Amino acid sequence: MSASMNYLDGNAAAGELSKIFAVDITSAEGQCANCGSKRHFAEAHLYVQCPGLVARCALCGHVLLRCSNIRGRVFLDLRGMTYLSVESAPQEASN
Amino acid sequence: MWRSAKVVELRDETATARTIGLAVRDWPGHIAGQHVDVRLTAPDGYSAVRSYSIASAPNSDGRIEITVERLPNGEVSPYLTKELMVGDDLELRGPIGGWFVWRRDQTEPIQLVAGGSGVVPLMAMIRSHASAGSSAPFRLLYSVREPGAVFYRDELQALSGQGNSVVITYAYTRMTPKDWPRPAGRIDVELIATGTWPSNLQPTSYVCGPTSFVEHATDLLIAAGQDRERIRTERFGATGERK
Repeated sequence: MSASMNYLDGNAAAGELSKIFAVDITSAEGQCANCGSKRHFAEAHLYVQCPGLVARCALCGHVLLRCSNIRGRVFLDLRGMTYLSVESAPQEASN
Repeated sequence: MWRSAKVVELRDETATARTIGLAVRDWPGHIAGQHVDVRLTAPDGYSAVRSYSIASAPNSDGRIEITVERLPNGEVSPYLTKELMVGDDLELRGPIGGWFVWRRDQTEPIQLVAGGSGVVPLMAMIRSHASAGSSAPFRLLYSVREPGAVFYRDELQALSGQGNSVVITYAYTRMTPKDWPRPAGRIDVELIATGTWPSNLQPTSYVCGPTSFVEHATDLLIAAGQDRERIRTERFGATGERK
């Protein structure tokens, strides 16, 4: 596997981010602050071989999100997204 | 929030993969395609978290199944596939994810594309489809190393024999069964043409597997005319034990 394939996707960050977000982050839509593309967070490329998590835009590679645990605190950097939109009504998980 | 889960069943799927049945306290139910995080904690306090897809169909009895493939240098999967015993306790977080899911009210044709153990969340969709009596047309293109590495073989065979429940195409990458018409190899344009729904049916596709497989399969689906917006992907890789 080449180094350029060394990523997962936003699905793999959802458990860790559930500590912070009350809603499902994978179906949230975010706009990349660099290229302007709008995509589900699940589609972002996720890098985990670092302290914490780094999600990059699947289109342009811009860093969308950084999340790390340092001395008992979670640090979240969302500068890479212009916005994040989520469904306002939580969906039933009983389907 | 971590939930306590008790191992209630262990079942070998292949020489290296095992299904683990879990009874989860206060389980809220799940949707096919979701995953859980499993946390193991050593006596010295060191803990490791890994994500595993749920293999079982949604139900209301508080039980789920995950299928774990043993990775040679894995930290967690050797324990889960070799040492774990019925009656042991695990910690779970989930269900997780609302995007890579198939809901029972979806009626459009569904194309599932699995690479190796990427079949696990797709199996949850197939089982959910069967238990709900859904009439949505389902197809599975299952790329697997060799015949002995196929997960859920008997159940898939039984389901594919039931009318139009699910149409299955196998693609063997290293070794084929005897007299198999196609030589071993990665999925390609020809296999996408014969083993997936034509794009004019506007299927929704779910692709799950190692990152390189997902990229390759997604490119082929798009080249075959599938709408990128209707392709949902879930990747795992050398970086994360899983799924």
